[in-house]
Amino acid sequence: MALGKRSTLRRILTVDLPMLAILSFTLGPYLWMLITSISPESTLFTEGPSIWNATIENYTRLFATVGFAGNMLDSLIVALGTVAVGLSLSVTAAYAFSRFNFRGKRILMVQFLLINMFPLVLLILPLFILMRVLGLLDTHLALIIANSTVAIPFSVWMMVSYMNGIPRSLDEAAMTDGCTRMQALRRVILPLCLPGIIATGIYIFITSWNEYLYALTLGGRNVRTITVAVQTLIGEYEVQWGLLTSGGIVGALPATILFLLVQKRLISGLTQGAVKG
Amino acid sequence: MTQADAPDTPHRRPLSRIVLPYAMLSPAVLVTLAIVFFPMVQTVWMSLHDYVLFRPNDFNFVGLKNFRAALNDEVFWISLRHTIIWMAATIPAQLLLGLVTALLLNQQFPWRPVARALVIIPWALPSVVIALMWVWIYDSNYGIANELLLRVGLIQRAIPWLANPDTALAAIILTLTWQGFPFFAVMILAGLQSIPGSYYEAASIDGASAWRQFWHITLPGISGVIVTAVLLRTIWVANSFDVIFVMTGGGPGYATHTLPLYAFIKARTNLDFGYGSAIATLFTLMLMVIVLLYLRRTAKAVQ
Repeated sequence: MALGKRSTLRRILTVDLPMLAILSFTLGPYLWMLITSISPESTLFTEGPSIWNATIENYTRLFATVGFAGNMLDSLIVALGTVAVGLSLSVTAAYAFSRFNFRGKRILMVQFLLINMFPLVLLILPLFILMRVLGLLDTHLALIIANSTVAIPFSVWMMVSYMNGIPRSLDEAAMTDGCTRMQALRRVILPLCLPGIIATGIYIFITSWNEYLYALTLGGRNVRTITVAVQTLIGEYEVQWGLLTSGGIVGALPATILFLLVQKRLISGLTQGAVKG
Repeated sequence: MTQADAPDTPHRRPLSRIVLPYAMLSPAVLVTLAIVFFPMVQTVWMSLHDYVLFRPNDFNFVGLKNFRAALNDEVFWISLRHTIIWMAATIPAQLLLGLVTALLLNQQFPWRPVARALVIIPWALPSVVIALMWVWIYDSNYGIANELLLRVGLIQRAIPWLANPDTALAAIILTLTWQGFPFFAVMILAGLQSIPGSYYEAASIDGASAWRQFWHITLPGISGVIVTAVLLRTIWVANSFDVIFVMTGGGPGYATHTLPLYAFIKARTNLDFGYGSAIATLFTLMLMVIVLLYLRRTAKAVQ
C-alpha cells in the first residue's frame, strides 16, 4: 500500500503536474479570449476581463451590427464547396494509387506530396491575376478553387493511407462475384472507407473555414469569410476587444467542434504514413 | 471499347486495366496542373518581368533585374535574417515542447483521453483568431502577459511587446510555437505507441536506467517520425505568414518582416507583382535547398 501511495505521488509530480502546466499554456490564451468575450465592454478597460458579470452583449452586437451571419454563410459556402471538389477528385485518385501498379505512379504520388511544399505566396499572385482575368474575383468560386490548391493534394494523401488499410482481397472477392472494378469501388470500398472520407472531408472543411490569405486576397467585399470579417473589425471600429474576441470565438467554434469530434481518426490518417515511413 | 472482344490472354493485361488508373487519376492531376503548377510557372515567368498591376500594359521582359534588385535590397536581407531566426527558434521549440507533451501523454494517468483531446486545440483554431488572441494577450495596457509579469515582479512596467522592435519577433515566435507544438506532440505520440512494450521490459530486466531506455529505445524508435515531422513542419512554418501579417503586418518598421511576408506585402500594397514574384521565387529556391540538404543528411542518419 505504501508503495502504491508513493508511486501515485510520484506520478502526480512527474506526469499530472507537468501535463497540467502544458495544458494551461495550451488553453490559457483561448480561455482568456473566452472570458474577454463575455465581459461587458463598459467594464473591460476599467476592471479588466472577468466572469463575475458575464454577458452575451458582445455576441448580440456581433450579429446585430456587424452582419456576422452573412460572413458565416460565405465561409460555409466556400468550405462546403472545397470539400465537394476535394473529395470528388481525390477518392478516385486515391483508389488508383492504392490498387494499381502503373507507369509513373511514383512520380505522380511524389508530385502530390510536393505540392504541399510550395509556398502559398507563390500561388497567391498568379491566382489573383487569373481570377481577375476570368472575372471571378470576389466570388465564392474563386475561393473554392484557391482552397482546392491545398485541399486536393492533402486529401489524396489522406485517402491513400485510408484505402491502403482496406485489404485488397475484399475488392478482388467482389470482382470474382461478378462486379466490375467501378462497382467494386462503389459497393465495397467506398462504404468501408466512409469514415476516412468523412474525416478527410472534415479536415478540408476545417482548413478552408480557417483559411485567411486567399480569402483576403481573392475576396473581401461581396464575399467576406469569417476570418476576414474578424480581422476587419480592427479597422472598422476602434479596437473593441469584447467584439473582436467574441468574433474570434464564434469564428473558431465550428472548426474546433468538428476537430474534437474526429480528431482520433484524423490523427491516425495523418500519422500512419509517417510512422510507417 | 475494344477490350470486350479482345482475347483474354493471361500474360497480356487488358487495355482497360492499363487505362483505368490513368483515367481515375486524370481529374485530380489535371486540376492540380491547372491551379497549382500553371500558377507556379507563372510566378517564375512574372519574376522575369517588370509587372506592376496598375500599369497593366507594361509587361517588359527584364531578365534577372528583379532578382538583382532583391539582392541589393536591404529589406530583403533583413527579411531573410528574420526568416532564419524565426525558423531556427520556432521549430526546435515546437519539437521540444511536443516531445515532452508526447512523452507525458504516453504515461498512464486517469484523465489522459481528456488531455489528449484538449492539447491539440490550437491546431483547430484559425490563424487569424490565433493572431488576434495573442495581440490581445500582448496588449500593452490591458494584456494579460504584462499583468502576469508585473504581478510576479519580472518586469517593472508594462512592455508593448509587439510595438517594440526588440521584442516583437520573439513575441511572434512564442505565438507560433504555441500554434504548432501540438502537431509534434501528436506525431511523436503515434511513434511512441508503435514501439513494442517488450523492449522496455527487457531493458529494465537488464537494469537499464530510465535515461538509458529513453536514449537507446525511445529515441531510435521515434527518429523516423521526428524526421518526417520536422520536415513537414519546416515547410509549413516557412510558408505560413498569416499570423505575422495579422499580428504586426511586418512592423514595427521591418522588425518582423520575413521573406514570404515581404513578397506578399510588395505585391499587395505596392502591386509590384514582378518584384514580389522574384522574392517568392528566391524564397522557394532557398527552401528547396534546405529541404534537400535535410533529406540527404537524415537519410544517412536514419539508416
